[in-house]
Amino acid sequence: MSMDRRKFLKLLGLAGVGLGIGSDFVQMSPAEASSGHGLPSSGERLGMVIDARNLTDEDFTRMIDACHSIHNVPTLIPEKNDVKNEIKWLWTDTYNHTFPEQINEYHPDSLREKEFPLLCNHCDKPPCVRVCPTQATFRSKNGIVAQDPHRCIGCRFCMAACPYGSRSFNYVDPRLYLTKMNPDFPTRTMGVVEKCTFCVERLAKGLQPACVVESGGALVFGNLADAHSEVRKILSTHFTLRRKPTLGTMPSVFYVIGGEDYAG
Amino acid sequence: MYNGGKIILGLIIFLALAAFPFYSNLGGSAKKAMPSLDTPVIQQLAVKECVKPGEYMKREHMKVLDQWRDEVVREGKREKIQVGGREFEKSLQNGCMACHSNKEQFCTECHSYAGVKPYCWDCHFSREGGQI
Repeated sequence: MSMDRRKFLKLLGLAGVGLGIGSDFVQMSPAEASSGHGLPSSGERLGMVIDARNLTDEDFTRMIDACHSIHNVPTLIPEKNDVKNEIKWLWTDTYNHTFPEQINEYHPDSLREKEFPLLCNHCDKPPCVRVCPTQATFRSKNGIVAQDPHRCIGCRFCMAACPYGSRSFNYVDPRLYLTKMNPDFPTRTMGVVEKCTFCVERLAKGLQPACVVESGGALVFGNLADAHSEVRKILSTHFTLRRKPTLGTMPSVFYVIGGEDYAG
Repeated sequence: MYNGGKIILGLIIFLALAAFPFYSNLGGSAKKAMPSLDTPVIQQLAVKECVKPGEYMKREHMKVLDQWRDEVVREGKREKIQVGGREFEKSLQNGCMACHSNKEQFCTECHSYAGVKPYCWDCHFSREGGQI
């Protein structure tokens, strides 16, 4: 059979299209697609509601200290003033940085300058999971976006993908900056990424996440798939915001910011 | 043979150098690795039993740890292991090293004898006084 160059190229193009249709490159795997927010009232979908109305700087300090000391998170920023090296699982930022899609120029200064606690949003559609080349970051059945540091190769794709800045890279040996170590939890090593885990190791022991315990009731953690859970009760009775909703990542962390408090 | 004497002399010198590790180690043998089980926790145990028999653990502990790691970190299967009425956490730091707190005499003893450098200790550490 003879074939001229033009016909050969046509066939090649067709074959390429055929392969593309069969590919599931852009589709979520079944494990990722299940246990999303659209779930019926069964199963487990962990999430958090943050009532940010009355949280003070002291509350933030207490929550961050608890989180970072339990998980051996080094304090790198103060002495070096080097933002790049900072490791953060739980941190705070202003309204405009927290909810950049919900800004208007007439917001009162009290809201503009208000600080909000930030952590990994444990998204339903986590972009960090999509880009991880080693599947070190993955989505657990209960909705927690977990990271397996054993598999992390330090490529930092997830940091580029995460729209919330929830991931930190260990540019230096974290142990050099730990004044005290919790012997029940490992440290990380230079060259891996880390982030909030929703305290998965505490949940396994029946404990609440450390920040929730230290928040004095302002943070509520629970099962979003259970219509009778406390988180769902708050969500159904309060107006809540999620961070950067237009990106379609569907965060599992919700913020009660009030509103009426700022009027007048 | 041209320069026969020099060639043979060269060969002898080469063989002497190449075989140096062998004859230098003749006679005295390297110190055998003797991992110590002498820790306060193990001393107090009535029945000194690990999750698997000692011989098995000597050969296969890395596979056990690997399996635990995947089960705990990736699958969330954190149920404890029951052996002879005792419970073991599936964890290097909180399971193994709860008893074997003497990392230097237990882990490093064999690892340095075998010339292996596991990277466990890049992140995990001995529970004894937060020692790295």
